[in-house]
Formats: sequence, structure tokens, C-alpha cells
Amino acid sequence: MIGQSPLRTVIAHAVLILGILIVAFPIYYTFVASTHTLQTILRPPLPLLPGGQLWNNYSEALFGGIGRIGGVSVGQLLLNTTIMALGVAVGKICISILSAYAIVFFRFPLRMTFFWLIFITLMLPVEVRILPTYKVMVDLGMIDTYAGLIIPLIASATATLLFRQFFMTIPGELVEAARVDGAGPWRFFFDILLPLSRTNIAALFVILFIYGWTQYLWPLLVTNSNDMNTIVIALKKMVSFADADTEWHLVMVTAMLAIVPPILVVALMQRWFVRGLVESEK
Amino acid sequence: MAPQLAITLVFFYWPAGQALYQSMLRQDPFGLRSRFVWFANFRKVLADPAYLNSIQVTVVFSLATAIVAMCVALLLAVMAEKAVRGKGLYRTLLIWPYAVAPAIAGMLWLFLFNPSIGSLAYLLRSLGIAWDPLLNGTHAMILLVSAAAWKQISYNFLFFVAGLQAVPKTLIEAAAMDGAGETKRFWTIVFPLLAPTTFFLLVVNTVYALFDTFGIVHAVTGGGPGKTTETLVYKVYNDGFVNLILGDSAAQSVILMAIVIALTAIQFRYVERKVHYG
Repeated sequence: MIGQSPLRTVIAHAVLILGILIVAFPIYYTFVASTHTLQTILRPPLPLLPGGQLWNNYSEALFGGIGRIGGVSVGQLLLNTTIMALGVAVGKICISILSAYAIVFFRFPLRMTFFWLIFITLMLPVEVRILPTYKVMVDLGMIDTYAGLIIPLIASATATLLFRQFFMTIPGELVEAARVDGAGPWRFFFDILLPLSRTNIAALFVILFIYGWTQYLWPLLVTNSNDMNTIVIALKKMVSFADADTEWHLVMVTAMLAIVPPILVVALMQRWFVRGLVESEK
Repeated sequence: MAPQLAITLVFFYWPAGQALYQSMLRQDPFGLRSRFVWFANFRKVLADPAYLNSIQVTVVFSLATAIVAMCVALLLAVMAEKAVRGKGLYRTLLIWPYAVAPAIAGMLWLFLFNPSIGSLAYLLRSLGIAWDPLLNGTHAMILLVSAAAWKQISYNFLFFVAGLQAVPKTLIEAAAMDGAGETKRFWTIVFPLLAPTTFFLLVVNTVYALFDTFGIVHAVTGGGPGKTTETLVYKVYNDGFVNLILGDSAAQSVILMAIVIALTAIQFRYVERKVHYG
């Protein structure tokens, strides 16, 4: 290790702290705003320290306040978002691990054709084909349903590719050994492959949970009724910068509620998350 | 295998096929009849000044976002490499924004910078800057780029840290022995070795700025003021769902697909190169 002057270390720490301030400031300020009265927020500048309204604002928002503005209770919004995020994460992991299993360990006609059919979808996010996909949803009667929110987002190839790469590193001897010991395909899948891919599954789960939680365009299109909104959409509907009617203290509480769960998931599962992120994109 | 194939076929190939087909149809104003017009929609879209404008907006927006996000992240990553103590803590604190939805990120920034109640806008005004992102297109663009870049910093940071750790320490020590200073070591050794990471991030950031930022645009500016922040994806949405010009919207979708396929192809050629790189 090369020695470095103490001055440079100090500069490094200073730059990092400055960076963290910039990165964390919007989130911190949202929290601060969520603890002040509406009047304080409407008269800038807002103080840098939290105010005394924490309890009042949060209880007002949780017990009816948000429902009064948006027409849906906050519990329903969080429930919708959680169902969507979990549905996307679990659904994507399930179908992609199965198809990766099929592609890697079985030989059947048109195997590579199927692989390419899936692989091409990697390139096209939902955003570029919204209108036609929307039409399909209407035809299938899936507007305003959880299935409509979740299933189209499952159709993507990233997770399949990741599992495929991982399965290809599993030595052939292991497969042979399992077969010699009399394990059928299902037994091999559940007793050997699943335990081996536990870390990959955890990493993917974090990434996909965040992905599902932060979706915007798709829920905006597929949900017409307020009852099916996700919290991100509801937040957007509550905010109006043009007129003074927006109840900012409640909006900020909602924003906090929308931000905190995914941040908790990332912070608590950081090790898997970082690993999964850096590995899956390589 | 079967479930993914079924979902892929129904929700991917069917719509993609429809997009292609629809991009060649033209509907009458009441949506009663449609006519097959081959490539007329594409010609119309590509000749439309509003579309050209939105291409320009998208290019400016994507490049600015990618460059800002990557520069800041690289700076922070290099500093984090140096700061031996507290590295884990810094990382924990820096990855937060990844978990924030783009639309919420946009709203938070707008909350800080909107002319009537934003505290930082107040600060800018007291410094004598006539700040108004709701009326001034340039200001709106700056706001969007900041919000989009802010959200992407954590992602880039993680990759740059991983990239920096892969740079062999022996090379750096050898250079130090030969008398290269810290700045020189960075630009002649570390930075070139980071090139694969940088290039990869450039593609990822561009794709991010192209597509994932719809939420930011929709929540913050709605494409306005005027059409100064109308990106391509926003225009597809707007023409298709708000203005209901289905043929044009479908043609734009097809053009977007072509762009993404091109970008992905570039990315994969790079991935192959990187394998040889070791």
C-alpha cells in the first residue's frame, strides 16, 4: 500500500461527506417537511430541523387524512404496492428459475429457438410498447386487477439469463451424481439447485422488489379506479404545484411512507443487493 | 419453461406484432375505420417538427444525465477508495436513492425547487437568480437532469467501486515507484483500466435516461413548459393515451424499439470484448 498524505485523506472524507449531504438531503428534507405544519411549509424557507408536528401529521395522515384527499385509505395504497412489488419479485423469480432450469438441463427440440425468443425480450422495456400491451390488457379484461399490474412486468428475460449463467457453472458431475443416486428431475431441482441458488434468489428478490415498488408508467395506465392505485401514483395525484390546495404536510407523510419500505429493504439486505446488482449486470 | 414462454408470447410478441401492424394503419378521426398505409406514419412522424424536437430534448437530457451522474459517482468512488476508514458506512448512506421511485425523486426535487414554496428556490431567488422551472424551459430541464442524475448516482457508485477494486494494486505501486504522482497515476493507469466499467455504465445510464425517467418527466413537468422537456417515451404516451393518435404512437414505439435494440447490440459486443479483457 502506498502511503498517502493525511491532507488527502481529509479531503477524501470531506468530499464523501459533501456527497452524502447532497445525496441524502432531499430525503432528509422530506422527513423534515413531514413534521411541520402546513403553514410553515407554505412560507419558505423551511427550517432545517424537524418540527414538533411529527405525531399530529402522521396520525392525521394514517387515520383518514390521505383517504380524504385521494379517496383511498393509505393502508389500501400500501397494500396494493406491496402486492405488486412482491408479485413481480416472486413471480419473476419463479418463472425464470423454471425456464432457466429447462434450458440448461434438458435437451428438447427448438430449445435454442425458445431461448432466443426469451432473450430478445431483454431488449425491450415495457415503456416502448405501452399502447399495444395496453390493448392486450383491455382485450383480456385485466384492467384494474392485480394480475394486470403484475403479469406483464414478469415477461422479461434478465432473471432468466442470470439463472442460466449460474446453472451453467454447476459441474456436470453433480448432475451425474444425483442421477446415479436416483434423484428424478424434480428432486434434483428442489434438493440441489434451489439450495445452491439461495444467494442469487435473495439478490434478485431485492432488485425486483425495488423494481416493482418504483414502477410508474404501467400502474398509471392499468389502474383506472383509485382503489387499485399504487402509492407512487396516488402521491402524484395528490400533488398540485399550481394551486394552493395541496396539503403538503400530508403529502410529505405519504412520500415518506412511499420511500421508507424500499429503503429498508435495500439497507437491510445490502450485502445481497450489492452483490446481485454488480453480478447480474455483468 | 412453458409459463415464461406463454407470458412472453401474450404480453410481448403479441403487442410487439400489433405495434408493427398498427404503425402502418391510419384511423379516421372517429376510430371507425382504419386504412393500411404502409410507411406513411413513419414518414409523417419523422417529418414532424414536434418529434424532431423531442429527439433533441431526449438526446440532451440523456447525455446530461449520464455525464452528471457518472462524474459525481466516479469522484465519490475514488474518494471512497482512499478513505479506508468508514467505507462501509459511506456506502450504506450513498445507496439510498436507488430505492426511491423516479417519480418520487422528481417530486422531491420539485418540492425543493418549485417557485412558490420550494426552500432552495427561495435561496436561489435571494441570490438574485430568477428561478422558475414551471415557466422557463432551461430551468425545467436542469431540474429534471438533477433529479434523474441524483437517483442514478448510487448505482454508478457501486459499479465504480467494484471496478476500482479490480485494478491491480501492483500496477499502481509500480507507477508510484517510478515517481508518478497521485493525479498522474489516476489518469494514466486507473482511468484507462476503468474504461470497460465506464463504457458499460454509459450504456446503462443512457437506457435509464431514455426509459425509466418517464415518471420524473410526467410528475415534474408533464413535458412542459411548452414542449421543452418532452422526451420520446413521454411523447409516445402522450400521443397514444392523451391525444389518441394511435398510428403515430405505434410508429414511435417501433422507432424506439429499434433504438433500444441498437443500444443493446452495442452493449453485448462490449460484453464479449470484456470477456477477452479478462
